[in-house]
Amino acid sequence: MSAEAIAYDVDTSVPILEVQGLTKHFSMGGSMLPWGHRSTLHAVDDVDFALYPGRVTALVGESGSGKSTVARLLARLYKPTAGHILFHGEDVVRQNSRRHVLRYRGQVQMIFQDPFGSLNPVKRIGHHLARPLLLHKVAPRSEVPERVRQLLTTVGLVPADDYANKYPHQLSGGQRQRVCIARALAVEPDVLLADEPISMLDVSIRMGILNLILDLKRRENIAFLYITHDIASARYVADEVLVMYAGQVVERGETDAVLQAPLHPYTRLLLSAVPNPEGGLSHRRVEVRGEVQAAINPGEACRFASRCPVAVEASHCKTPQLVEVQPGHWVRCHLYPQPD
Amino acid sequence: MPALLEVDDLVVDYLTPTGRVRAVDHVSFSIEPGEIIGLAGESGCGKSTTAHAILRILRPPAQISGGRVLFKGRDLVQMDERQLREYRWNHISIVFQSAMNSLNPVLSVGDQFVDMIRAHVHSSKSDARERAMNLLQLVGIDRTRIRSFPHELSGGMRQRVVIAMALALQPEIVVMDEPTTALDVVVQREILQQIEELQQEFKFAVLFITHDLSLLVEFSDRIGVMYAGELVEFAPASRLFREPKHPYTVGLMNSFPPLAGERLTIQGIGGAPPNLANPPSGCRFHPRCSHCTPSNPALYALQTRVKPELQLVGENHTVACHLYGDGRER
Repeated sequence: MSAEAIAYDVDTSVPILEVQGLTKHFSMGGSMLPWGHRSTLHAVDDVDFALYPGRVTALVGESGSGKSTVARLLARLYKPTAGHILFHGEDVVRQNSRRHVLRYRGQVQMIFQDPFGSLNPVKRIGHHLARPLLLHKVAPRSEVPERVRQLLTTVGLVPADDYANKYPHQLSGGQRQRVCIARALAVEPDVLLADEPISMLDVSIRMGILNLILDLKRRENIAFLYITHDIASARYVADEVLVMYAGQVVERGETDAVLQAPLHPYTRLLLSAVPNPEGGLSHRRVEVRGEVQAAINPGEACRFASRCPVAVEASHCKTPQLVEVQPGHWVRCHLYPQPD
Repeated sequence: MPALLEVDDLVVDYLTPTGRVRAVDHVSFSIEPGEIIGLAGESGCGKSTTAHAILRILRPPAQISGGRVLFKGRDLVQMDERQLREYRWNHISIVFQSAMNSLNPVLSVGDQFVDMIRAHVHSSKSDARERAMNLLQLVGIDRTRIRSFPHELSGGMRQRVVIAMALALQPEIVVMDEPTTALDVVVQREILQQIEELQQEFKFAVLFITHDLSLLVEFSDRIGVMYAGELVEFAPASRLFREPKHPYTVGLMNSFPPLAGERLTIQGIGGAPPNLANPPSGCRFHPRCSHCTPSNPALYALQTRVKPELQLVGENHTVACHLYGDGRER
């Protein structure tokens, strides 16, 4: 899998994976009686985006924003309530045959947050990498050991033979996360979904994983969805940023546009909350009220209104639309002109 | 006048079936009244163990094998349980990382306050309740929430309840062990601002422990950086930010991508933290250190064989590294 060869036949202007109106509602138990009150959690509401080859799209939000649900929907671990997931232009939501699912999983892979829980403790590293190769028939059995070596080398675990023979407990957190990335790469995917891949790692090794993501994006032209609560790391790896709040995308655009000139009050709040050694706490006080309210039975109002320092009258009575305020820069807020 | 708290040559070992693991290795520092001290480091560097040793709440297999912890001149390491009870919470309290685990899920917030207050001072139940309500108000929680159970509060509110409890008896020192790590960034900021306000009002000292060095620089007066059980650098916060000396501190500073300025490639630190059961010889950071290469044989021998001692490199600035002071001339 030489990088140049792949780079040639990939058109980076056509999206690999496109999400339209993606929605996931969870029914919240409550009473089982027919007259009982049932409520609905709007985990993901009407989310659109597209993943392109060789591009990293970051989904940024706090816990409860719905960002991990988006990843799970894309990994087909949940069925969406509504909306389409177009993979190479084909809607995969209705394709449920084993053949279709395997084909999809062979090209869309996921990296989880916890590298300690996602490897089998009684199997060697080599086993973890050989399995997807055989399962997805990527390589004939005879070539598997060689491919395993290549994969380990790709993610920087050298000498590869040593690592292939180790057990997960013999590796550090960062090394384990590299194994998870290698395992995802085994099937030569077009898309990698990375759900908080560095948040459980030690600070000193996080940059190594982020640099590996950047490297894979450039060398293998993989389309990344990078999910994080850490907006600074999103700035480091991402080409495009989507900020989510209570199930909705509230702002999206090119990374520099969103982070240098944020439009939504929530994006500004997130940015100002990041620790910044340049100034003291008291120098830039952040006005915050309350915490993320999960979108349970949301009514007609901006979901951020109760915490918003600049809420206007309309914020409390009407849900704002996502509007393109500048070319490629979208925001969902009543401070900007809304369509009629 | 002695410091409020002086940690002197503290050694903590974990006695494991496979041998002794030294989690805190001859650590010394002091805290002045009303000062915010930050202790930074990665998981397993001994920062939490240090905090727990200061409160004498280590559980076996951990044990204090040496050193002293002097609170206003009295050695806590020598105290018996009765004396410790006197000193814990009245003089020094702790806030743990996970508020959910420090609150009892089957008792209301008010009952937990009343229990804690009455365990340490003579007070009627109604007085203790009144005091609890005032404390809740202090941390921005409605007084009526005293009847709530922990599960009825959000993560941020629970952490604020725990902070209010730590402040209840107006201790001189509050130890905070990663109090905001499990929280969202916005809530983290809100709580830090609140701690700072309370600290300015009540003038207690804080020992703040976290892996997030950028947060410490913003928040504390002086910062100690720990690596593999040892204190490798100690300096005033602004000085540490402007002129970090130890290659590990420099690496940690470079492990947080900036939010402003050019988007440059940053490297973090290669390798992984060492296994303390079998720590590297000489400087414990040397296998990961970019300044440690055989190209300078004399220095290399020193780095790989001799343990560097903390030495003064500037005003109130100490560092344990062979690149500085004596090591350079030798």
